[in-house]
Amino acid sequence: MTVLAVSNLAKRYRRGGKPFAAVDEVSFEIGPAETLALAGPSGSGKSTIAKLVLRLIEPDAGRIDFEGGDFLALSGGSLRARRARLQMVFQDPLAAFNPRATVARVLDDPLRIHAIASRAERPLRIAALLERVGLETNLATRAIHEISGGQRQRVAIARAIATRPSLIVLDEAVSALDVSVRGQILELLLDLQRQERIAYLFISHDLGVIRAIAHRVVILDAGKIAESGDARTVIANPQSAVGKALVAATPKLVRTSQEAS
Amino acid sequence: MNRLRRFFCTPEAVAGAAILASLIAMALAAPLIFPGDPQAIAGPALLPPFHDWSLPLGTDRLGRDVLAELFHGARTSLAVGLAAAAAALLIGAIVGTLAGFAGGLIDEVLMRVTDAFQTVPSFLLALAFVSIVGPSLGVVVAAIALGAWTGPARVARAEVLSIRERDYVAGARVIGMYPLEIAFREVLPNALPPVLALSSVIVAAAILTEAALSFLGLGDPNRVTWGGMIAEGRTVLRTAPFLSIVPGVALVLTVLGVYLAGEGVVESTAVRRSLS
Repeated sequence: MTVLAVSNLAKRYRRGGKPFAAVDEVSFEIGPAETLALAGPSGSGKSTIAKLVLRLIEPDAGRIDFEGGDFLALSGGSLRARRARLQMVFQDPLAAFNPRATVARVLDDPLRIHAIASRAERPLRIAALLERVGLETNLATRAIHEISGGQRQRVAIARAIATRPSLIVLDEAVSALDVSVRGQILELLLDLQRQERIAYLFISHDLGVIRAIAHRVVILDAGKIAESGDARTVIANPQSAVGKALVAATPKLVRTSQEAS
Repeated sequence: MNRLRRFFCTPEAVAGAAILASLIAMALAAPLIFPGDPQAIAGPALLPPFHDWSLPLGTDRLGRDVLAELFHGARTSLAVGLAAAAAALLIGAIVGTLAGFAGGLIDEVLMRVTDAFQTVPSFLLALAFVSIVGPSLGVVVAAIALGAWTGPARVARAEVLSIRERDYVAGARVIGMYPLEIAFREVLPNALPPVLALSSVIVAAAILTEAALSFLGLGDPNRVTWGGMIAEGRTVLRTAPFLSIVPGVALVLTVLGVYLAGEGVVESTAVRRSLS
């Protein structure tokens, strides 16, 4: 049983008049309560895959099966309804919210759109969601730009779990946070995964973070899969040139891998 | 609060605000100070100003009180100017948002319609519209708005084109928000500031267009308008120039006040942006 199965996904763009493949024949699967990391240098197609999986852009070829159904066949209202099960957390938590919104409105939207709670019930649901991600419930009335970056990313996670999804795409979700906050957010994500059995598609260029959270890793290079496998194994002993370069670019990891060998 | 203080720091803005405030006071006080019909005969015809203190600005060809007409004319000018500008901004913002957000064929169709409106001189359009439908306050407002919405539409579209690529619009799609709701609740409010910056120019242009229509006799005949007063005074321009000069000066001051206050608002927000 897989939550998400992607096969032979391809997306081409034209750059300077010449076509180039942003994503080329990419296939992977994610099981329930599993974290698959997509790693790779800038321009390797990580974020394009995230957008394709969320149907924010349409692929040129390939297949996406989500919860056992053809996700690419959905459109209009049925697609919008299905989106409740597949959520996303963005890299920059300030850019991810309407600059005029309050915390309450951000969390109210998914509850209202997917008719999860009645109008009277929603304030209670919002308070419960804030508590679930470790925030004070009185934060609800604050504007998004008034709270800190870490709090914002917690609100983003609260919004993502509001509709009880089976998969959350995290696109560099902790990259913009400072180190101490990053650890707390990763803890929160692991905790949510244990309790709600949510699968994560975790996109990052930081192998240290990936090793801390991911079960398996797929390393991308120029839109193609360079190598994949168990996260710890791949990071400890990368086979591809890109994998070696990524490990080498993470100073702490080089030392640990030398100690291990 | 801070923005308000910065607004009153520039002398132009203060002058503009003062002119506008006195005009609004004039418009609001008109029925209190001059409760009767301003178009009723109040004294001897063509009385020059400052001769009879019960009629400080004198009377026109038919013996109507010029000051009363001026006050009641301020009502029409401001009402038509503000209503037409509001209508133009509303239509423009909606059309621009739809075109920019939907893209493709809808964008193409809406922008070609905008082109069509923009190629016809707006005054000609207003003139034709009022001549066909007949002069009344609502028709004059609609006629002026008809020629003024294209500017806001273009600005709104350009802004929406950049906003629709932002993460929070993608986020709204991810949570399954209906496209029209994304366009009007997430995108439009954030695209408004540059559109609203046009409002002073549009209000000023609308007041001038209204005056021009009235001058040509296409204003609401049941209302006193400054344009109508100038037209009325034109026939006795040599013997009683004040009949045209008084409403003319009022018109100039109004447009100047709107421009200066608008400039002040833009200036104070610009400072805020460069600081943050």
